[in-house]
This record gives sequence, C-alpha cells and structure tokens, in this order.
Amino acid sequence: MRFAPTEDQVDFRDAVRALLADTCPPEAVRAAWGGRVGEETGGGGGDGRVRAAWSALAEMGVLGVLVPESAGGLGLDDEDMVPLLVECGRAALPDPVTATAYVAAATLRDVGGEVADGWLPRLAAGEVAVAAGPLGDAPLAGALTADAFLVGDDAVLRWIPAGDVELEPLESVDGSRGLARLRGAATAGTALVEGPAAATVSAAAADRAALGAAAELVGLSERMLAMTVAYASERRQFGVPIGSFQAVKHQLADASLAVAFAAPLVLRAANSLAHGDPDAGLHVSMAKAKASSAARTAADASLQCHGAIGYTVEYDLHLFMKRAWALSAQAGGPDQHRARVRAALGLR
Amino acid sequence: MDLTWSASEESFRAECRSWLEEHVPRPGLPSGDTSEGFALHLEWERLLHRDRWAVVSWPEAYGGRGASLWEWLIFEEEYYRVGAPQRVTQNGIFLLAPTIFEFGTPAQQDHYLTRMSSAEDLWCQGWSEPNAGSDLAGITSRAARDDAAGGWRLTGQKTWTTRGAFCTHLFGLFRTDPDAERHRGLTYFLVPLDAEGVTVRGFGRLDGDEGFAEVFLDDVFVPDGDTDPAGGGTLGAVDQGWGVAMATTTSERGLTLRSPGRFRATAGRLVDLAREVDASGCLSELVADRVADAWIDAEAYALFTLGDVTDIVEGRSPGARSSYNKIFWSELDVRLHEVALELLGADAELDGPWMKGYEFALSGPIYAGTNEIQRNIVAERVLGLPRK
Ligand SMILES: Cc1cc2nc3c(=O)[nH]c(=O)nc-3n(C[C@H](O)[C@H](O)[C@H](O)COP(=O)(O)OP(=O)(O)OC[C@H]3O[C@@H](n4cnc5c(N)ncnc54)[C@H](O)[C@@H]3O)c2cc1C
Repeated sequence: MRFAPTEDQVDFRDAVRALLADTCPPEAVRAAWGGRVGEETGGGGGDGRVRAAWSALAEMGVLGVLVPESAGGLGLDDEDMVPLLVECGRAALPDPVTATAYVAAATLRDVGGEVADGWLPRLAAGEVAVAAGPLGDAPLAGALTADAFLVGDDAVLRWIPAGDVELEPLESVDGSRGLARLRGAATAGTALVEGPAAATVSAAAADRAALGAAAELVGLSERMLAMTVAYASERRQFGVPIGSFQAVKHQLADASLAVAFAAPLVLRAANSLAHGDPDAGLHVSMAKAKASSAARTAADASLQCHGAIGYTVEYDLHLFMKRAWALSAQAGGPDQHRARVRAALGLR
Repeated sequence: MDLTWSASEESFRAECRSWLEEHVPRPGLPSGDTSEGFALHLEWERLLHRDRWAVVSWPEAYGGRGASLWEWLIFEEEYYRVGAPQRVTQNGIFLLAPTIFEFGTPAQQDHYLTRMSSAEDLWCQGWSEPNAGSDLAGITSRAARDDAAGGWRLTGQKTWTTRGAFCTHLFGLFRTDPDAERHRGLTYFLVPLDAEGVTVRGFGRLDGDEGFAEVFLDDVFVPDGDTDPAGGGTLGAVDQGWGVAMATTTSERGLTLRSPGRFRATAGRLVDLAREVDASGCLSELVADRVADAWIDAEAYALFTLGDVTDIVEGRSPGARSSYNKIFWSELDVRLHEVALELLGADAELDGPWMKGYEFALSGPIYAGTNEIQRNIVAERVLGLPRK
C-alpha cells in the first residue's frame, strides 16, 4: 500500500508545472481568447490555443505519455498522466491536452489498428490536436482547431479527420474553448469500433474525459485559491490585510478543504483506470462529482474574497473561474456522476 | 501508487476478522458513558488485551503486536465493520500514549504503557477549564513547587472531562510559572484520581449519559515521578507543557482518534438503511443523492488518510494538515447521521441507535478543538493567511 505519486511522477509533475508557468502565463491564456466573447472581453483574436506551451509539452513527452514507445511515446499509464492534467488546469492551459493526449491516446492505444498506427506517432509529437466527446449534440471543446474528432456512443466509436465533418461554432463563456457542435458526425470518418464492444470502449473514453476534467478542475481550484490567498494577504482594509478577517479565512479554509478531499479521489480513479479495476467507472464518477463541486466552491470563495476587482475581465481570476464553470459541467456534471454512484450503491 | 494489500496484510486482516467475529459481544453493550456500561466495556477491553488486540501497533513488550500503521488501519476497519464496542480506553491509548512514547522517561514508559493497554489504568484528558476552552493557553489551574517533598501541589478545576467519573488517572496541563507568557510556564502532569484532594463529579451530556465530569483539585500532591512514576508526575520538561500537549492534539485531530473504518462502517449502514427505504418505494431522489454524497465523502476520508499514513511511514509529518482531517471527519459524521434520520421519517425521534449516534456526532465539531479553531489553523498555517 502506498497512496502517493512516485518520485518520478513528482519530478515530472514539477517539471510540467515549471514549463507551463513559463509558456502559459495568464497573458497567454488571455491572448488565446477569441470569437465574439473574446472581443467583448478585450481578449486577443485567439483560437483557443497556446502553441508555445503545446510544443514545449510535446518536446517534454507529455503529449505521448500514454502512447506506446513503439509509436514514439513514453508508454506510461493513467497514474502518470493525471497529475500532469492537474498542472494543465493550474495554468488554465486551453489546449486540448486531455482530449488529445489522454482520451484519444488511450483509446487509440487500446483499440489499435490502422487509424491508431497512423495517428498515434503524430499525436505524441504534438503535430495533431483532437477533440473528443459523446456522439451527438454536445458542444466539443477545441473543435475549431482539431485535426481529428473522436466521438462515440454505445453503438459506435468514430474517428473523424477534420474536413470530413461540418462544424457549427459556438460561443462559450470561456473565450478560449474553441467550441463547436459537429454536424453529420454519425456517418462521417471511420468506425473504430462497432457493435457491443463499442459501449465498453466509448465508456472508457468518457471515463477518461471525465477524469481529465476532474484533474484540471483540481488544478484550477488550487490556482484560484493561491491567487486569492496572495491577494487577501496584500489588500488592506480597516488598516489590516483582508486575509486576517475570519470571514475571509473560513471561506478559503472551506474551499481548500473541499479541494483537499477531492484530489485523492482523482488519484485513486487514475490508479483504477490504469489497472482495469472493475469499479473504475464508479471511482471516476466519485472524483468528477467532488472535483466539480469543489471547483464551484473555490471559484465562489475566490470571487467573494476578491471583491469587485475579481468581477472584472481585466483581472486574471475570471480566466480560471470560467474554465472551472465550463469543466464542472463537461463530461457529466455532479448530478450525473452522483447518479452513477447511486446506481452502484443499488439505490434508485 | 499501490492500492493493494500484501499477502501478510491480508492474512492479518483475516486474523482480526475471525477473532472479532468470534468475540464481539452480541447484542452490543450499553453505552460506555454510564457506570453499568462502563464496567461491561472494561471486560471487553481486558479481553482485547488478553488476546493482544488492544493496541496492535504498540511493541509486544507493552501488550501490542508491533503491527505497522497500515495493519492498524486494517484492524480499525475490521473493528468498526463488525460493530465492536466503543473504546473506553481511547483517551489513554490514542492520545496520551503517543505522548508517553515521545516524551516519557524509560521508567514512565515501563510503568504506564502496559497498565494502559490492559485497561488497569484508565485515563481522562484534563485540558479544558470553566474559563479556558478554545483558548486553552488561558488555563489557570496551577502547580506550585514543593521542593521539600520532591514534587508539586496542584490546585484548580478541570471540566468537560470525558468519562472522568469512571477513570483512574488524568493527564492535563497546569501552570507552573505564573509570571511567564501564556503559552510558556505550563507543564504536562499525570495525576492519579485517587490522590488526596481530588474530587470528581460526573454529569450528563446531551444524550443524558454521565459522560462528562468536573475534576476539582485542592492542593493535590504529585511527585516528580520521572524515576518512580507510580504516584503520577510530570511528562516532558517543566514549563514546556504546551509543546508536549500539542503532540497529543495532533493525534486527536488526525487519524489516530478517528480512523476511516469508523465512518465507512457508518456510511455502509446508511446505505443499507437507504436500500430498505428504497425497497418500500419511499426513497426520494433528493435523499438518495445525499446518501451517495455522504458515502463518497467517507471514501474520500479513507483515501485522504491513506495519504496521511504514506506520509507518516515515509517520514513526512502531517502537521497542521491534521486540522483538515478533524473538520472533515466531524462534519461528515454529522451528515451521515442527518441523512439517516431523514430516511427514518417520523421514526427519527425514537431513542434508537441513529438518534444516539447523531447526538454524539454533534459533539465532533466541538471537541478536539472546535472546527472554527481548526479553520483558523488551516487558513493561517496551511494556506498562510496573515494572523493579524
Ligand atoms: C463531547 C465532548 C467531550 C469533551 N471531552 C473533553 C475532555 O475529555 N477533556 C477536555 O479537556 N475537554 C473536553 N471537551 C471540551 C472541549 O475541548 C471544548 O468544548 C472545546 O475546546 C471548546 O471550548 P468551549 O466549550 O469552552 O467553547 P468556547 O471556547 O467558549 O467556544 C464557544 C464558541 O465560540 C467559538 N470560538 C471561540 N474562540 C474562537 C475563535 N478564536 N475564533 C472563532 N470562533 C471561536 C467556538 O468555535 C465555539 O463555536 C469535550 C467537549 C465535548 C463536547
């Protein structure tokens, strides 16, 4: 028994944290904002990508963590990947690392075949970005710049190169999402898996999408809290730092408590997915439900403790907060995941 | 990460389980916070000790099995799983003992530890006073030096002393240097309750059980006791009691007092109750959600403590993070019972196990340092917010 990342995992995580601090500061996230929302909030005319960070991540091997060594990756597993996604969240990196390097990489690795042989090496090298999600009407993040789409349901899992499908762009409250709906995906691209096996593979992809979002939410929450602690230690009212007021302290303590107890659920779910634990789906749902509500708590407390400065688009907090709003509801919100836990407990 | 138990840990679990299943009293014992129940709990404690299950993680010399912290967790999980009796020895074995292991002289360790694990000596905790609760450093009970007799004379009053009326000994803080700054000049004392000048008065808690006591000390003589501990004494250095006491409070807030097995067992019973209600067609989705949520929290607590144990085993101290545990387990315990009462509907008010458990759970956010104080600690020492 040992419930902590290995030394290698800690080193890798720290290296990624430092790399993203350099290549994806809040200014870069802001510059990635685009569309109407981007314009209205004074952001850049971006497309939801921070390419300097993306290529640095590729160079460090992050995009190929799950890709087999034979295809140019590191051949590692969920336990190695998930802590790095926490770091992507901490930086509010808008690029589709979860969809590309986690969901798509693991799925292609597991199903194999021609598509996998063709795309996995490019994926590990950072040459391509993937948007992933359920086959249907749901908005897909990173769709506007995706080179391929991975979409599935119980009956089929499809791989669709960009260009083979029509995009309906959507405006997200988070201007860096690169959001769009796919039109006609049900018949586009290649069917990677069809028939009864599709349900299992699609479910595993959905689980990884949910766990990736949960990991990013943990990072986002920790970052919002760190920003708020720093602000509350400096900002003075009534002649003292506002962080010395107990009402401020207790809100932040509560938010950090929620995050502290969500994070272990995320780590455990990664371990379960890596080992094919039959309860992995349940563990993912526990993690996503709690990480989503913890992020809400952290965002609310952070905004309240900032006062009006937090309620502007000039200040950075909103970049993190709006991503947290988006990810809490993506890949299943708390309600949907609690329902899965309920079912596993044999309750209605 | 490795979330599997080794073969030897699994066989340890099997051994715990079969012993417990064979020996746990059925039906359960009456509350250990009544004199009748306390006597029956003592018999149980002595049985645990006889078969070396009282303090599994202690060295064999003191009645333990030299089990690892992981094995201790396993034992606790099995203990609560079968619904074994509450530990009336807990304040000694979980709170005082770690302090004796850390600060006691060899003579004190030899004298106290075995008597504690065998439930011969029963310890209560004397921190709080009528005018010093959260502000523990405000205690006024004092100990005056008596050089001629080679010891101290203790005077003052302790209160809220859990099971004080049934215990044989008290550990607590007393002011030895009245001129020193508040946190200095305190000394940690070990006091036999049959010493001359001690008066103990038990009184009822919220649930009516005589679980509380006031302890009055009127010029009670306690020897230095470092070489001959039989009559009590001081633990750790004179005037350094605050630091010694803090070692105990970390145990109390952290995992030793409230192992995850306890809340997982309660969460399991809650799920069973919800299934019964569901089977009769009366489970609302709203309450089912709260059941699921509380069950997830019990799992989250268990995982968090696996992280704690990993840290401890690898030599990293949890420090102020133990305040996270305290807030979380105490509020989780309240939630688990609140949801259960909701499931019981009109039967909630009956004087049954869930109501009794609820009444006890409500004290969790108060004892072991109130949750407001724990939130201050998290904010200041974990997050680093300014004290002033
Ligand atoms: C079931 C039970 C068992 C106990 N067993 C023992 C025992 O065995 N031995 C022992 O010594 N004591 C014991 N206690 C006492 C316990 O340690 C105290 O109740 C606790 O420290 C709080 O002190 P108080 O009750 O005097 O409340 P107070 O300190 O008067 O607090 C009252 C309220 O004010 C709040 N408050 C106080 N200071 C602050 C602050 N700085 N910031 C924010 N809020 C604040 C508190 O959080 C609380 O909500 C027990 C208590 C209970 C309920």
